[in-house]
Amino acid sequence: MIRLEHVSKVYKTSTRPALDDVSVEMEKGEFVFLIGPSGSGKSTFLRLLLREEVPTRGRVYVSNFDVAKMSRRRVPRLRQSIGCVFQDFRLLPTKTVAENVAFALEVIGKPRNTIVKVVPEVLQLVGLDGKEDRFPTELSGGEQQRVAIARAFVNRPLVLIADEPTGNLDPDTSQDIMLLLERINRTGTTVIMATHDHGIVDSMRRRVVELSYGKVVRDDARGVYGVGR
Amino acid sequence: MRTSFVFSEVITGLRRNVTMTIAMILTTAISLGLLGGGLLVVRMVDKMQANYAGKLEVSVLLTNDVSANDKDCTQQPCAGLRSDLEATSGVESVVYQNRDEGFERFKRIFEAQPELLKLARPEAIPATFRVKLEDPERTDVIKQAFEGKPGVKGVDDQGKFLERFFEGLNGMRDVALILALIQAFAALLLISNTIQVSAFTRRVEVGIMRLVGATRWYTQLPFLIEAVVAGIIGSVTAVGGLVLFKAFFLDRITRNLTESGIIPPIGYLDILIVSPWLFLVAIVISATTGYVTLRLYVRL
Repeated sequence: MIRLEHVSKVYKTSTRPALDDVSVEMEKGEFVFLIGPSGSGKSTFLRLLLREEVPTRGRVYVSNFDVAKMSRRRVPRLRQSIGCVFQDFRLLPTKTVAENVAFALEVIGKPRNTIVKVVPEVLQLVGLDGKEDRFPTELSGGEQQRVAIARAFVNRPLVLIADEPTGNLDPDTSQDIMLLLERINRTGTTVIMATHDHGIVDSMRRRVVELSYGKVVRDDARGVYGVGR
Repeated sequence: MRTSFVFSEVITGLRRNVTMTIAMILTTAISLGLLGGGLLVVRMVDKMQANYAGKLEVSVLLTNDVSANDKDCTQQPCAGLRSDLEATSGVESVVYQNRDEGFERFKRIFEAQPELLKLARPEAIPATFRVKLEDPERTDVIKQAFEGKPGVKGVDDQGKFLERFFEGLNGMRDVALILALIQAFAALLLISNTIQVSAFTRRVEVGIMRLVGATRWYTQLPFLIEAVVAGIIGSVTAVGGLVLFKAFFLDRITRNLTESGIIPPIGYLDILIVSPWLFLVAIVISATTGYVTLRLYVRL
């Protein structure tokens, strides 16, 4: 599903590589935690998958896409097969919950009748049925993140990328969000989650890929956040 | 492509930057109005040239003495001058017009200006040979041969006068076009700026659009259409401005000249013929500026 082959990324403004000869493979339906301190290369890793960045060396494959080599015209196709969730939710404050989710389908040209059908379904999946007409500011942080997850998942992506999705949430709410991500993972969607949250990683016992100074220093099939840390 | 979605984005964009949008529309309108004015002058000059082509004459004006005493051009030096003129190669026809006929003609031409007619006396009008040439450009031949001859007061070349007149009109046209160009440059910068502001105020939307895999067209088209819509509104305003300018200003100041047939009137038809060009220029300029701006300055 996802494969990085000897990937290095050096930003023009820095001498130290953000990623340094990283090779890693993730299967369809896997749930992978990407951990490591700030500056370890987690964000660069995720940005490469989305083709927000191009690797300096090496190859990146997502599904059937040769991400580093593909033409700009094909990038939208790649991104339509990846859903994204962020720490800061990134919802549109002038649109309601339903409109925020529908927006993701409208801008890729999905027909109206499809949108009308799938938006309520996905809102029910994330547990927001009945709150379709609320605005983001009227929701709690956890609910806002659910909207963001609904938006990321509404087009049924192959991969869901979550960049510290619980970073702004209290532990209880974080647990709820993790349950939701697990549920999405069970539908066959690969979930890659960058996080600093020890408790979540330790309790989930999923695959853990740890980055440090741009290198993969650990890859455990059923790992915890840190051994002896 | 969901057109309703794109257009709702366009309307939101234009409303959000309403002051910039108005500035953009007004600058575009002034620029196009001046361009339209320049094009109308071009049309006027063309019409005049067509009107006068073939009608241009050289007038050989006779002295006061001849004008007063020789009504039918039977005496010397008048009769001799006429036969000399007719014998000159390149002359198509020679018509003698005595003082009384000349005065009648003057009254006809200036009948719209009774003040002028009150002041005019037949004695001021010389008897004249109206000479038509096969080649209206070759007036110098007549001038050289007849100027200074006995009985000749002077040789008047309508072509020279018209040339000066056209020079004046062409000068007006050039000024209008240069001003239009400067305004167009200002409009261009405003369009570019408005798109950048517009893209900045919508950066969250655009960011999300990019992330969920909207195509370049989907993200950029609303900005482009915004610019084109403003351009079209600008050109409509410009055409409206030209119509008002004609109705309330131009018609009043040129009434005398147009009624006496000296200059052709500018009609609403002329404005109608010029306006598609204004629309076209507006659309091409706003779309190109928009596209280049999005390419160079806005990362979408």
